Amino acid sequence: MDAQDVPQDGNATLGGHRKAVYARGAGGAIVAVESAGWEAEEIVTLQAVDVFDAYAEAARARVVAGLSSPLEYWMYARRMDIATFAQSCGVWRWRIRRHFRPAVFARLSPKLLKRYAAALGIAPETLRTLP
Amino acid sequence: MSAAFQHRHAAHCESGTVANLLNHHGLPIGEPMAFGLGGGLSFAYLPFVRIQEMPLIAYRVPPRAIIRGVRKSLGVHFRIERFSSVAAGEARLDALLDQGQVVGLQTSVYWLPYFPEDMRFHFNAHNLVVYGREGDDYLISDPVGEHPVRCHRDDLNRARFAKGMLAPKGTLYFPTGVPGRDIPPKAIRQAIHRVAWSMLAPLPVFGAGGIRGLARSLGKADPAKPDNLRLVGHIVRMQEEIGTGGAGFRFLYAAFLQEAAQPAECPALAEFADRLMDIGDAWRAFALAAARMVKVRDPFDPPALAEHLFALAAAEKGFFTALKAAVS
Repeated sequence: MDAQDVPQDGNATLGGHRKAVYARGAGGAIVAVESAGWEAEEIVTLQAVDVFDAYAEAARARVVAGLSSPLEYWMYARRMDIATFAQSCGVWRWRIRRHFRPAVFARLSPKLLKRYAAALGIAPETLRTLP
Repeated sequence: MSAAFQHRHAAHCESGTVANLLNHHGLPIGEPMAFGLGGGLSFAYLPFVRIQEMPLIAYRVPPRAIIRGVRKSLGVHFRIERFSSVAAGEARLDALLDQGQVVGLQTSVYWLPYFPEDMRFHFNAHNLVVYGREGDDYLISDPVGEHPVRCHRDDLNRARFAKGMLAPKGTLYFPTGVPGRDIPPKAIRQAIHRVAWSMLAPLPVFGAGGIRGLARSLGKADPAKPDNLRLVGHIVRMQEEIGTGGAGFRFLYAAFLQEAAQPAECPALAEFADRLMDIGDAWRAFALAAARMVKVRDPFDPPALAEHLFALAAAEKGFFTALKAAVS
């Protein structure tokens, strides 16, 4: 890739940041060039973001319908799947899944609620609600 | 170490952090050289390791391998510390900063608030430099950022002590002994040899064989299943993520080979650099074709993408065979 071909597509996913990429400069030397992003990259980044957004919205609908607890919504909203979340809070997966049941979630001890909230970076009261 | 720390923008976090730390300690080294000496280039496709529902695909060596490689090549000593509690890690970082030390950290990407929202995923092996503190803010030189930034104490603690795969456990590091300014030719050649050797490993998961392995699984993918389109996006995302220019670190390694030609006393490396730039361009063409399918601008055609990958596997096999011979 030559320096003048370095993409400057202005990716929304970079939030106005630029990144350094290596490309062939005028004299043939390979140098770092600032790039405002590449569309191909934006497409695949948004695809990955959308997957979690879709999971979170599906979870929200289940919570509203009384089929799941806000815990599931918040897990996906923090871009975690159940394996990542289980590692983050140190609770077994089957236990987390059980806490997705609204009736079980309602009885959660304040201690466990606090632990979940800490792993998600939110306040324990927030964990009981949907945004 | 009282001189002001100089922030330099880098393509990759680990090579950028190592290069910037060594510079601060008086060893003039650029990111490509750090990446090359660290043997940063690789390929791995581990379908049995799933991260966030996707197989592990990497275009570079595992986290911390670059630091280890640079240590070995240059004989630089790094002090690496980990902590069992947040309080201990925080106190140690503060103490080092108050002594005027500039410190490298391993952190999660997700919990760094200055990262663009869409780039925040649960990846725990990000690297950055802390060069000071003011009140409750740390002064951070994140090598993949254009400019130094600030980060609140609570946020940085969370990022340093995120749990899960590759948990950083508060890891911090800094060079303690930097030997001469010259890079021994033998060290460069050995570092290149290591990379070529791993790229030619006779396994369907690493190096050129790994690319072929990925091509085979992709070729068999059912285009009607939406999950397979997610896999395609994932392949490209790993190839592109943070500053590789879409070539999965191939351009960065080419920059190293070009720079290494003289100190390694091997002029042929400059030609290898050009060849690797061409291979990088082919990776970009693959990424573009794949992204068009993800965006449904083109129909999803797994065998066509697999063909791309088979060609890349063959090109890299030829390239690294010749490169290995050149530095042997």
